[in-house]
Amino acid sequence: MRKLARMRLLGMIRKESLQILRDPSSISIAFVLPMVLLFLFGYGVSLDARLIPVGIVIEQPDTTTQSLAGAFERSEFFQPSYFDNIQTAQQMLNERHIDGILWMRNNFSSNLLAGGEAPIGLIINGVDSNQANITQGYIQGTWLAWLSRYAESRGQPLPIPVSLEQRVWFNAALSSRLFLVPGLIAIIMTMIGSLLTALVVAREWERGTMEALMVTPLRIGEMLAGKLIPYFVLGMAGMLFSVAMAVWQFDVPLRGSFWLLVVSSALFMLVALAIGLLISIISKNQFVAGQLAIIVTFLPAFILSGFLFDINSMPEWVQLITHLVPARYFVAILQTLFLAGDVWPVVLSNMGALLIMLLFFFALVWRKSHKHLE
Amino acid sequence: MVFRHIIALAIKEFLALLRDKRSRMVIIGPPIAQLLIFGFAATYDLNNVPVAIYDEDRGTAARELVSRIEGSPNFQVITTISHDSEVAPLIDNKKVLLVLHIGQHFSGDLMQGRTAPLQAILDGRNSNTAMIAMNYLRSILLDYNRSWLESQGRSGPLVTLQTRAWYNENLQSRWFIVPGIIGLLTLVVTMLVTALSVAREREAGTFDQLLVTPLRPVEILIGKAIPGIVIGLLEASLIIVLMVLFFDIPLRGSLGALYLGIMLFLLSAVGIGLMISAIAITQQQAVLGAFLFLVPAVILSGFSTPIANMPQVIQWLTYLNPLRYFLVIVRGVTLEGDGYALLTNQYWPMAIIGVVSLLLAGWLFRNRMY
Repeated sequence: MRKLARMRLLGMIRKESLQILRDPSSISIAFVLPMVLLFLFGYGVSLDARLIPVGIVIEQPDTTTQSLAGAFERSEFFQPSYFDNIQTAQQMLNERHIDGILWMRNNFSSNLLAGGEAPIGLIINGVDSNQANITQGYIQGTWLAWLSRYAESRGQPLPIPVSLEQRVWFNAALSSRLFLVPGLIAIIMTMIGSLLTALVVAREWERGTMEALMVTPLRIGEMLAGKLIPYFVLGMAGMLFSVAMAVWQFDVPLRGSFWLLVVSSALFMLVALAIGLLISIISKNQFVAGQLAIIVTFLPAFILSGFLFDINSMPEWVQLITHLVPARYFVAILQTLFLAGDVWPVVLSNMGALLIMLLFFFALVWRKSHKHLE
Repeated sequence: MVFRHIIALAIKEFLALLRDKRSRMVIIGPPIAQLLIFGFAATYDLNNVPVAIYDEDRGTAARELVSRIEGSPNFQVITTISHDSEVAPLIDNKKVLLVLHIGQHFSGDLMQGRTAPLQAILDGRNSNTAMIAMNYLRSILLDYNRSWLESQGRSGPLVTLQTRAWYNENLQSRWFIVPGIIGLLTLVVTMLVTALSVAREREAGTFDQLLVTPLRPVEILIGKAIPGIVIGLLEASLIIVLMVLFFDIPLRGSLGALYLGIMLFLLSAVGIGLMISAIAITQQQAVLGAFLFLVPAVILSGFSTPIANMPQVIQWLTYLNPLRYFLVIVRGVTLEGDGYALLTNQYWPMAIIGVVSLLLAGWLFRNRMY
């Protein structure tokens, strides 16, 4: 009897595996898409601004304005262009050729020498507010550094009461790649686990082969296991591949332990698979399954998981919703394991949440599957 | 081209799509929910950054600085510590993002006119958050320094930087993200609707039947394109209304210029969707193909991270992406108040992408047979 059960399960696994291997689109979502994503995020996507095009308006050129312009010229963050009146510069800002304008009026140097107030105007294109903030920070820094040099050269060192020493832990250079690449693994596994599984199983419902499976001696547990195991293997392979790319290709440090990473990934993979199965059972049609999988799993993993946008900054009710997104817990584990190390309280509490979700979704899948047997 | 044929095919496509209750729901419900949740969730602005204060000085100057931090809406002091060993657990466990360490000699240094160091220890796991928190802290400190100097009867730096932001005066990231969501959601829905339209028939075997009817490939192409464009247009309009009413995003430019952009954007999205659909043999391949296009298209569009920060080669790649142009249009019209003239350079690339992809799709209809 037990031997028979094992044979049934193995047969089911074999069928599912063949189905994956024979369809190029499954393989491509498990390996090609992760690679494309990792390369795009590793090399392409960056929140670190560089070579910001700024316009410098100098109404009355002299040595002072020259030295301030020189400070921007030498900085690696800016690509300055020069104007002699504000109207032309504003026109350029309007046409999106430059991101900011630094405006030194014609009485700038004379006021400065006379010891009066010498304001500099700064206009920034605020459409992309995050970049505008970063640009503003860089401009402020460049300007402050110039100011203290300038004051020193005139023999009146600038008084700075409090100076800030920053020490950034885990990512000293504040490189956005180091935090985007680990989070990406959660997105890749969500796609393999939920999207692919939802589509494949929905196709069986659509074609009626699911009903055919149900009238075989296969038990419901065996059928679920048979469906899940091949995709689980595929997802874990995609995960290992992504981790290898992250560490060797993108130089992201893996400070935590590898086995903990594997265990938590396996847990998350099971949750993603359960959600994928649930979507396919509810929708039973590939169009609906595809839409639902993208809208319920992929987009939340992208936006509500803390992968890109900080969860603490979201309104309270959205923060509550993020608790329903499994990727949220996994992203926290990934970022901690890669950059900080084995921080047990963080890892365990998030794994606990994943475990609860796993039990909940499997119970739902189990119930729904039984229903359809009646 | 027979007009009647196209209409008949378009009606059939609509029926195939809308007859199923779940398909109907999926097209209307989730995108609205997405707009609402993402509109509120997708923000880079930080508020209530959890902070721990490690004050070894306890002088008036230090207390004054701490009260400024407490008074800022961006920071929330959740604990004060008194020992070095307490720093690591707080940061490791994500209890705080920032520990502010005020050294023993802080007030003394200040009183004697020396520069007093202030140490900030940040959790860099999310580098962007750390950088923004840093910027907030810097501007608080700049203010603090200025008023300290004034209280000592000395003047601060005479050269001041007077900053103004154009178009998004308060630098709210919601103003940047929400208009982008119009492009994102419209693209997702339109692509899925069109990508499945041919593949569904191929899988069911009815596409061959369609090809042997008196309908010419051009007519099939247009008939298949119409549902995607109509649904995309309705979806975009609904989101625009919600954006203005719900999120208070201004609509400063010309609505006509926006709708010209939407039409061209939908044309290119439908073209690419039909192309994917014509290549795919099964619906699964069509969905995955649409996905293989959608994900890079969203990432490389400037939706969440600027194109200007990308390496040159990838920047060239973005010229193939219709979403890239549409995002400039939608942000230009809503925030910058642009009209047709300023957006010309965004219109024509989308028109070219649309026409070329539709022609390719039409060619594939006939030439990819099994």
